[in-house]
Amino acid sequence: MKVYKISREGLDKWIKHWTESYDVFGPVEKNENGMTDWAEVKGLDEISTAPGTTKQPIKTFYLPQPETLFTFTSRGGEPDSDVLKETLDEGRPRVLFGVRPCDARSVTLNGLAYEEDPYYMANVERTLLVGVSCREQCGTCFCRWVGGSPFGTEGLDILLIETEQNFVAEALTDRGVSLVEAGGGAREASGEDLAMVESMRQEAEQAMSAMPDTAETLRSKDLMSMYNADFWGGLSESCINCGACTFLCPTCYCFDIQDEVVRKKGRRIRYWDSCMFPLFTQHASGHNPRGQKVQRVRNRFMHKLKYFPDRFGPVSCVGCGRCIRECPVNIDIREVLRDLLGVE
Amino acid sequence: MESSSSKITDEIRAEASRLLSSGEVAAFLGFVPGSLPMTVRPFVARSSEDAARLVWNSFCVMNLANYLPEVLKSVEPPRGPGDPEPEGPLPRVGVLATGCWSRNMVVQIQENRIQRDRVVILGISSRGMVDRKKVLARLGGREALKVEEQDHSLLVSGRAFNEEIPRWEVVRDNCRSCVHPDPVIWDIMIGERAGDRQNANRFAQVEEIESLAPEERWAWFQEEISSCIRCYACRNACPLCYCPTCFVDDSRPQWVGKSIEPVDTAIFHILRAYHCAGRCTDCGACESACPMGIRMRLFTKKLEKDVLEMYGAEAGMDPETPLPLSTFSPDDPQDFIVTGQESPKSTGDEAGRSGEVSQS
Amino acid sequence: MAESKKEQINNPYMPFPARIEDIIVETEDGNLKTFRLMLERPEDRENWSHVPGQFAMLSLAGRGEIPIGIASSPTEKDGLLFTVNKAGVVTGALHSMEVGASVGVRGPLGNGFPVDSELKGKNIVIIAGGFAFTTLRATLLYMLANRRDYGRITVIYGARTPGMLLYRKELEEWQKRDDVEMHVTIDRETQGWTGLVGFVPTVAGQVAPSPENAVALICGPPVMIKFTMPPLEKIGWTDEQVYLSLENRMKCGIGICGHCNCGPVYVCKDGPVFTRAEVMKLPVEF
Ligand SMILES: Cc1cc2nc3c(=O)[nH]c(=O)nc-3n(C[C@H](O)[C@H](O)[C@H](O)COP(=O)(O)OP(=O)(O)OC[C@H]3O[C@@H](n4cnc5c(N)ncnc54)[C@H](O)[C@@H]3O)c2cc1C
Ligand code: SF4
Ligand code: SF4
Ligand code: SF4
Ligand code: SF4
Repeated sequence: MKVYKISREGLDKWIKHWTESYDVFGPVEKNENGMTDWAEVKGLDEISTAPGTTKQPIKTFYLPQPETLFTFTSRGGEPDSDVLKETLDEGRPRVLFGVRPCDARSVTLNGLAYEEDPYYMANVERTLLVGVSCREQCGTCFCRWVGGSPFGTEGLDILLIETEQNFVAEALTDRGVSLVEAGGGAREASGEDLAMVESMRQEAEQAMSAMPDTAETLRSKDLMSMYNADFWGGLSESCINCGACTFLCPTCYCFDIQDEVVRKKGRRIRYWDSCMFPLFTQHASGHNPRGQKVQRVRNRFMHKLKYFPDRFGPVSCVGCGRCIRECPVNIDIREVLRDLLGVE
Repeated sequence: MESSSSKITDEIRAEASRLLSSGEVAAFLGFVPGSLPMTVRPFVARSSEDAARLVWNSFCVMNLANYLPEVLKSVEPPRGPGDPEPEGPLPRVGVLATGCWSRNMVVQIQENRIQRDRVVILGISSRGMVDRKKVLARLGGREALKVEEQDHSLLVSGRAFNEEIPRWEVVRDNCRSCVHPDPVIWDIMIGERAGDRQNANRFAQVEEIESLAPEERWAWFQEEISSCIRCYACRNACPLCYCPTCFVDDSRPQWVGKSIEPVDTAIFHILRAYHCAGRCTDCGACESACPMGIRMRLFTKKLEKDVLEMYGAEAGMDPETPLPLSTFSPDDPQDFIVTGQESPKSTGDEAGRSGEVSQS
Repeated sequence: MAESKKEQINNPYMPFPARIEDIIVETEDGNLKTFRLMLERPEDRENWSHVPGQFAMLSLAGRGEIPIGIASSPTEKDGLLFTVNKAGVVTGALHSMEVGASVGVRGPLGNGFPVDSELKGKNIVIIAGGFAFTTLRATLLYMLANRRDYGRITVIYGARTPGMLLYRKELEEWQKRDDVEMHVTIDRETQGWTGLVGFVPTVAGQVAPSPENAVALICGPPVMIKFTMPPLEKIGWTDEQVYLSLENRMKCGIGICGHCNCGPVYVCKDGPVFTRAEVMKLPVEF
């Protein structure tokens, strides 16, 4: 890992240089409501400095809605018709600039499930992440409860830390180092800078009370004994079973596959699906293994907090707080965590 | 001074607790405070302890009528498909209702979704609910950590700021253009009835769009829905949307593509709006539920305007008046029906289609 | 060719091209057809190897993909068999296809029955109802081909009417053999039927052998499984000895898409075959 120091103007130049070989995206103020979301940028001044996360998670870059898996010509009778052609997106590489540590971490976590998925991995391959640490956390941030940090580096190629006048840039991967080099104009950071960053890190982490290793604690509990706990019923009575929480969650990654044919041009696409939707599990016969809302609500949380950790280790939540903010009826995953952690 | 919301809260708690402990209702549908400022959570109280947690404030934006059929079902004795109807009257459910929600309940009665004698309605005259997104917009990225409600203002505070926001300025668009704040059916009235509100022009927002040229209107429509993520929060927040299989989910036949291709999103929104025509009460739950800030109630508002102009009808004002679009009368306007001979006014002009009805 | 080979290895979503070689209408209502598919490319045929109980995704470009159990045994070399119930979009389209049409096959997927491990040396009871006999047919044929690896084999198979029985010719052949004990039953008395009459659970209660050194493989509608257990338990069978195959909606078949989880397990990857003891520990989400 190499650590550099760069001025605001220097960063702007980085972005401008990068645009020569990458598509560069950043959080941009989208409308008068103060909502920020990802859009292509050409310079630093376009990028929003609001604390917290963008409206949509960066999974839109890894699991595009929709993603074409194959194309084909449909039922034309020609020799080639109905033959699936692979369409691994080999588009231009891109840099996401201004990624929050929680979102960056989601790419790694989802990658655990998508290890064998060539489409996801191709997107990982061609997407470089330049993160910014969080000096200020939102009331809904809880990255520290689930194994992250406002200064976390997991998944990132570069982490930027804003200091009084400048930025410190930690190049975390080889790709990060080459990005810094392509950007140019950076000096190596001094010991003083490093010390300052370290104290900022400690301050930020202390500001957010951490739950003692949530994943570990969750694993030590017999969560299946909570399968019929009363609180699920209460949650599901409020829930309207929409897809807001799952679609906007960086670590919700379920999808459906379907074929679409328009004028003989066909494609097999995958698009976001949600375990909150009744059709998610419904059979052709009408039988539905999770036909009740309470089963679906429970599945969403159990998947994140029990099934995923059982399989892969970490909790499938990065604590970004989107689901809490965007749920129309304010279902709060932190309360569910507390309920589950209360189990003996 | 005690705010009117907190007075209403006290009364709701007292009535709900009385209804629950006397057994008059088996459950009471209201709200409890949420975990964030400006949020509440729809909640089913089943005991007087539960009732003590109920709350009323300017952020009660979800339409409780949407929950009513499910809660009614939940208090019925469990019954298998072949089991006989239980004897005697089924347990009742108490529920809060403002003007629009009560009108949705009327529609639900007309559509046999609920039975009048199984609900005990606590009527509340609405002062208009606050749009959380409008408040957030005014803060321009600063986070509201605490919002205190007064009768005519909101006191918002966050890290190193305090701001007083005049309440009416951040009230939801639908509430600002509402003319019927009082419940049309109720059993117990909480607080005073306010009477119909004089509203200079409740369709001003719609007229603004109607005045655009067709292609501008189409562009506006497409722009409005461009960030839709098809999460269906708008549909699921709506008491009118209860088809067992929604047309967007149907696979035999598949009416509409499933991802966020603009044409699919457009079909979803157009059809959703039309399904609500003559039934929508402009409660605004769809718009409040939308995480992406899409103003899809403008589409239903347009249809509300058309139905009012063409049929003189407003949804759910009276249980005795049938729904305008499920009845036929010989003098109904019919000149929008395009026959084979006449060429339609806007051939190939997709832009005009959604707005054409009222102009013909 | 080298190019396409690479794709298949890397892309688990890419089906193998296949051709319908034969279509057999199995049942009198015409709702069940068996499709014999031949993989188009010789190298795919060579590399293909499956275990009875596994399934594959059948792909119809323009319609979609569906999981279908592999009805042929790995010991049969003449293509792959799939017996498909006409239920919806893809199965409906498949039913309207003719011999020679091309389809895609993605698989084999899932775990299959432990025919080469736990089941070896055991007495085997196969209990099937309706069209769930498909992967059990594969299993039975496999066992008959490796007959010495297994003890007594008992088959209990039932359908509503004689005309709803799958693989009727084979049933007759197996009935003639003396190394497999066949109990084929139909729900109600029908003219011309001289075999057993009665529901599968009842017949199982009457003919099931002792649980000693035995395992049961049960596939059928959930009610059948539910009512088959008590008579077995009565004579001492335990949940550890009973294998079931779950059927949950699934899209990717490789443990990613999230559709088929039943509590902590993915039916596509950890299953579809589970012991009943394992299933009883799962939440009832199947
Ligand atoms: C492991 C496994 C093995 C199976 N083996 C067989 C078999 O041997 N023969 C057979 O006839 N059927 C089998 N099924 C069931 C079969 O997959 C469904 O009947 C089929 O998917 C229906 O698809 P459709 O497009 O015709 O129906 P539609 O109702 O149009 O289905 C739409 C989509 O829903 C999903 N779906 C619907 N029902 C089911 C279901 N029961 N299971 C899984 N996904 C479903 C599919 O993804 C399908 O594409 C099996 C299912 C599983 C999971
Ligand atoms: S959750 Fe943590 S990493 Fe994410 S925005 Fe908040 S403080 Fe930053
Ligand atoms: S579950 Fe909620 S807090 Fe956790 S990652 Fe998803 S959206 Fe963020
Ligand atoms: S966003 Fe809220 S209401 Fe919608 S499904 Fe998620 S928890 Fe339920
Ligand atoms: S709630 Fe908003 S984002 Fe979700 S489907 Fe409706 S309009 Fe689209």
